[in-house]
Amino acid sequence: MLNTNGVPDKALIKTKFPDEKYLIKPLAITECYEKIPCNPCSTSCPFDAIYIGEDINTAPIVDFEKCTGCGICVYNCPGLAIFIVQKLNEENARFKIPYELRPLPIKGETWSGVNRAGEIITKVLIEKVSLTNRHDRTALIQVLVPLEYINDFVTIRRQI
Amino acid sequence: MKQIDLVIIGGGPAGLSAAKMAAESGLASLIVERNFNVGGQLVKQTHMFFGSEKQYAKTRGIDIAKILVDDVLKFPDLIEIMTDTSVVGLYKDKVVTLLQKEKYIKVKTNAIIIATGASEKVLAFENNDLPGIYGAGAVQTLMNVHGVLPGNDVVMVGSGNIGLIVSYQLIQAGVNVKCVLEAASTIGGYKVHASKLKRLGVDILTSHSIKKAIGKNYLEKIVIGKLDDKWKFIEGTEEEIEVDSLCISVGLSPLSNLLSMIGVDMKYVSTLGGLVPLIDKNHETSIKNIFVAGDVCGVEEASSAIVEGYLTGLVVAEKLGFKHPNYDELYLDFKDQLHNLRSGPFGEKLRLGLQEIMR
Ligand SMILES: Cc1cc2nc3c(=O)[nH]c(=O)nc-3n(C[C@H](O)[C@H](O)[C@H](O)COP(=O)(O)OP(=O)(O)OC[C@H]3O[C@@H](n4cnc5c(N)ncnc54)[C@H](O)[C@@H]3O)c2cc1C
Ligand code: SF4
Ligand code: SF4
Repeated sequence: MLNTNGVPDKALIKTKFPDEKYLIKPLAITECYEKIPCNPCSTSCPFDAIYIGEDINTAPIVDFEKCTGCGICVYNCPGLAIFIVQKLNEENARFKIPYELRPLPIKGETWSGVNRAGEIITKVLIEKVSLTNRHDRTALIQVLVPLEYINDFVTIRRQI
Repeated sequence: MKQIDLVIIGGGPAGLSAAKMAAESGLASLIVERNFNVGGQLVKQTHMFFGSEKQYAKTRGIDIAKILVDDVLKFPDLIEIMTDTSVVGLYKDKVVTLLQKEKYIKVKTNAIIIATGASEKVLAFENNDLPGIYGAGAVQTLMNVHGVLPGNDVVMVGSGNIGLIVSYQLIQAGVNVKCVLEAASTIGGYKVHASKLKRLGVDILTSHSIKKAIGKNYLEKIVIGKLDDKWKFIEGTEEEIEVDSLCISVGLSPLSNLLSMIGVDMKYVSTLGGLVPLIDKNHETSIKNIFVAGDVCGVEEASSAIVEGYLTGLVVAEKLGFKHPNYDELYLDFKDQLHNLRSGPFGEKLRLGLQEIMR
């Protein structure tokens, strides 16, 4: 349970995902369930695709028609609560996730895929690592994840 | 005796913002800061902040400090900063005694803004004085200001935002955070912070607390236990965890002793962190021309401390005859920002607390 251990249950997670047909293009998923005083996701989106409105305590809502999956909101979210997901084909999904630990992964490496409870669930391929001044020390990592974990995968861990 | 229109005690976000707004209005001030640098709590915050962009949300705390300091440095003729200087005495006739190195300095002023922030609460348990047991703030200072790790294996006590954020920063620094203990039955801080930790494999144990610390010359082990709904330990649930450091983050309480010293009306309000001054809508205390801003009048966030600082700076300047050209507009904007920051469910207790201290 989110309130007692920080893990949202699957039904809750699914409320943040769009209908599968939308996922042929990359989209932002905001895993931000509470009403907290915060709005950088909304103000940083160049396409006006995240709605919070005047009351900054409102939880963000993504307009999946407008979202381009550019990933700008991902590294602007102080809660590290946003990722980009796209269903590539019947085998794989592509994620863009925020990552603030060091060392950073390197393109082409295989890392462990981790779920919301912190458990290793699969292996993932690092496709791209972006970190410029604009990212302000929060790297954006593009990873290829087996499709069956599309609702489970959330972060990466170095394999040991 | 040194003479200056406005003395601001504390160079954190509230104090710096107050000085800026006073200077914009044309009023000169002196910021007195007991640390070797200004910035307050912000200088050790390496994470991105919440709030709205008006209060620099998504910028890292340490970078917000730089922005606020740069703003103040734009007024070299109007703002004087004394660091490494503590305010040790405060009198009703608005004479302030400063202690700089071993030298006492007396300053006569017309108005005072007290922005001394808050200090960490301590937790009572057996052997809580063993080396290796720190407050979360001390750990942040060690790590993020001095670049020193507190230890290798840490347990955090308290799952408020500070406990969660400092745990995350410990992991970033390469420390093994074994778990976070929370006495209440639910996590205290924002769930986005909790989820961030949990996905890194850190368990947050709700209804758990520390029973005692064990160690000869320094911390070696802790004993934790499960709590019932009256926060009493349940027999037989004890567990030992090997650690070399323990980090306590069970809340902050306002650093309001200067206010008690000068005799302003105070009240104990637990939702605001402890003993706080009664204030009017412009943050003036029961003594004329003594104002407060930031955590000292209710433990909150940097975002609200900044806006409270602006508000008091604006109002004090006006009272002393320096009305900002955009006074009315700014006043409404600051009030509006504060309202907005506090209007969500996390602001509920705070709103009730703030009602209690309104004069
Ligand atoms: C781990 C952590 C994470 C946080 N995260 C966030 C966040 O994400 N977003 C957010 O908005 N806020 C956050 N905060 C809260 C924020 O840092 C504080 O609310 C804010 O710094 C309060 O500002 P202030 O100016 O009132 O007090 P402070 O920042 O505490 O500054 C007070 C200053 O007064 C000085 N002082 C005290 N007594 C004297 C004296 N007698 N003489 C001279 N100087 C004195 C102190 O040295 C200090 O520099 C966080 C805090 C912590 C600890
Ligand atoms: S991914 Fe880009 S377009 Fe989509 S919500 Fe985020 S910032 Fe906006
Ligand atoms: S920026 Fe992140 S934490 Fe803040 S409201 Fe948006 S999704 Fe939530």
